[in-house]
Amino acid sequence: MNTLIFRTVAPFLTALMILFSVFVLLRGHNEPGGGFIGGLIAASAFAIYGIAYGVAAVRRAIRFHPMSIAGFGLLLSTVSGLVSVLLGVPFMTGLWIYPHLFGVEVPLSSVMTFDIGVYLVVVGAITSIALALEEKESD
Amino acid sequence: MAATTSTPVDLSAALVMTPTALADWLVVLPPALMIGLGAVLMMLRHRIRLHGPIAIAGLALLVLIDALLLWKVLAEGPVTMVMGRWLPPFGIAFSVDVFGAVMALVSAVVALAAAVAALSDISDSGLRYGFFPFLLLLMAGVSGAFLTGDIFNLYVWFEVLLISSFGLLILGSEREQIDGAMKYAVLNLLGTTFFLIAVGYLYAVFGTLNMADLVLKVRSASGAPLMTLSALFILAFAMKAAAFPVNFWLPASYHTPRITVSALFGGLLTKIGIYALLRVMVMLFPLQTEELSLVVAVVAALTMVLAALSMIAQNDLRRLAGYAVIAGIGNMMAGIAIGSVAGLSGAIFYALHSILAMTALYLVIGRAAALTGQWTLQSIGGIYARQPGFAFVSLALFFAVAGLPPFSGLWPKIVLVKASLDIGAWWLAGSILLSGFLSTIALGRVFLFAYWRPAAVPLAVPARLDWRAFGPILALVLLITGFGLFPEWPLALSQQAAGGLLDPSAYIGSVFPTGGAQ
Repeated sequence: MNTLIFRTVAPFLTALMILFSVFVLLRGHNEPGGGFIGGLIAASAFAIYGIAYGVAAVRRAIRFHPMSIAGFGLLLSTVSGLVSVLLGVPFMTGLWIYPHLFGVEVPLSSVMTFDIGVYLVVVGAITSIALALEEKESD
Repeated sequence: MAATTSTPVDLSAALVMTPTALADWLVVLPPALMIGLGAVLMMLRHRIRLHGPIAIAGLALLVLIDALLLWKVLAEGPVTMVMGRWLPPFGIAFSVDVFGAVMALVSAVVALAAAVAALSDISDSGLRYGFFPFLLLLMAGVSGAFLTGDIFNLYVWFEVLLISSFGLLILGSEREQIDGAMKYAVLNLLGTTFFLIAVGYLYAVFGTLNMADLVLKVRSASGAPLMTLSALFILAFAMKAAAFPVNFWLPASYHTPRITVSALFGGLLTKIGIYALLRVMVMLFPLQTEELSLVVAVVAALTMVLAALSMIAQNDLRRLAGYAVIAGIGNMMAGIAIGSVAGLSGAIFYALHSILAMTALYLVIGRAAALTGQWTLQSIGGIYARQPGFAFVSLALFFAVAGLPPFSGLWPKIVLVKASLDIGAWWLAGSILLSGFLSTIALGRVFLFAYWRPAAVPLAVPARLDWRAFGPILALVLLITGFGLFPEWPLALSQQAAGGLLDPSAYIGSVFPTGGAQ
């Protein structure tokens, strides 16, 4: 698998896939997409990078341990559900704010932070499985 | 995007408009707290020294929350909160009645005891594998299962606790553990799949998953395949609860993990099957449960008698405890088969007793093995001479498990025997007594061999009382003794819980305050 062509293409492919995964994640609120599928795309990107350059390179590149990323995502999703306590509405109620950034209205919501949490859980969990499998192979 | 709309929309047709009281948050807090803390521990996965204190503080908080919840439910009746503000039956509801609240509280107590016991039982490598995060996520699943009011959500919590239990089961990845985990995983996944199929079928027939809504729809249903659904649910939950023909996964797997893990599993997991059986069968399908009661009664009698016989046949202490768990399941199923308020309250009381007693039993066995270095009856011995205090506490627990006075095992058995005599099922009463008698012999053997018999080889290690291991056992046995000496309080709670299952009008009223979407 470790050909010159693959190693040359892999970084571009990884960058593109991660960009696309974020696009799919943000698109998911109203159209097909979302945290789960976005997370799978990002995890595949890390897996490709791992096949080309080895597991250690991926672990260095993502800085945090994949399980910590998954843990942070789970925490983020839980907290997104809990913030509705401040407004006297039930758990997991979608809350929206519409700040204007550089003259553009940007709708932000607890639904979105929940989905980002899902994205991180999937990225963390699947990446940690993929890296563990690749590590076994390269031994 | 969902920007502010100019046309006025009547939100009250779809959303809960009344502000949510802060006290209602007690309903969702147990699983949310456990998931959140589990996530924090996952992020701190290398700081294993922090795991124990954080988990124990979190579980103590969980006990407090569950106690407040029970108090609130007792004072005000069932409480419901609907996720995302959507009106039921469309939003996923968390509905708590006395039955759910009391089960959640007792499970939290047991989890706290197990977390303290884990401090001296789980090695550093076990902690690095993630014992405490798994424990908290397991408790998220357990609390969620007890508190949810949506049958598909119940399935989801089953999955949450199942996945955490896989993690706990193979902590350390020994060969024997993988073997046990395989059997456990395959059979439990099979049971969960049956559950899922039944839920899918139920949804296809009634178009709703909210349990309160289902009660109303099932009552007015005609020509629906209720018998098929009931049989599927009974099979699925009997598998989870380890009832007779489908229980061979339990003795095949529960002796392999660390003893604290076995204690948690023995105390909690099978009882969730019983909880689901009571909640789904008795509340949703009361008529079908009555028609199937003879089948359930025969299964119950076979479960308890065969398990008690197997207890006598065991040499490995952990396998013996596994059969003790199954014998208790037989008693609870007998209560479900009887079906009257007395029978159901006997089953619920037995479940509460069994959660405490089975966890304590595994912990005692683990302590006995730690003192002597032996797991088998033929080689263990000399505990009484080394630690008479521990022997005394163990004997009290053995009495409780066998159902002898003055401990908590006695009262539910009395209630169950009386209830089965009331409906003329003398053979069911006989098998409850027979199973209790056989358990007494089996546990008497344990005490004789492990405690009274002098040790075969002189034990080298000095016998010091380790409070981190002994404290949880003592606390659980004190609770069991308290239940045994003052049975009025748990009995009244169980009766109230059983009444709520047989007549769920208060439960339905909490989900549909205005009389329902019907």
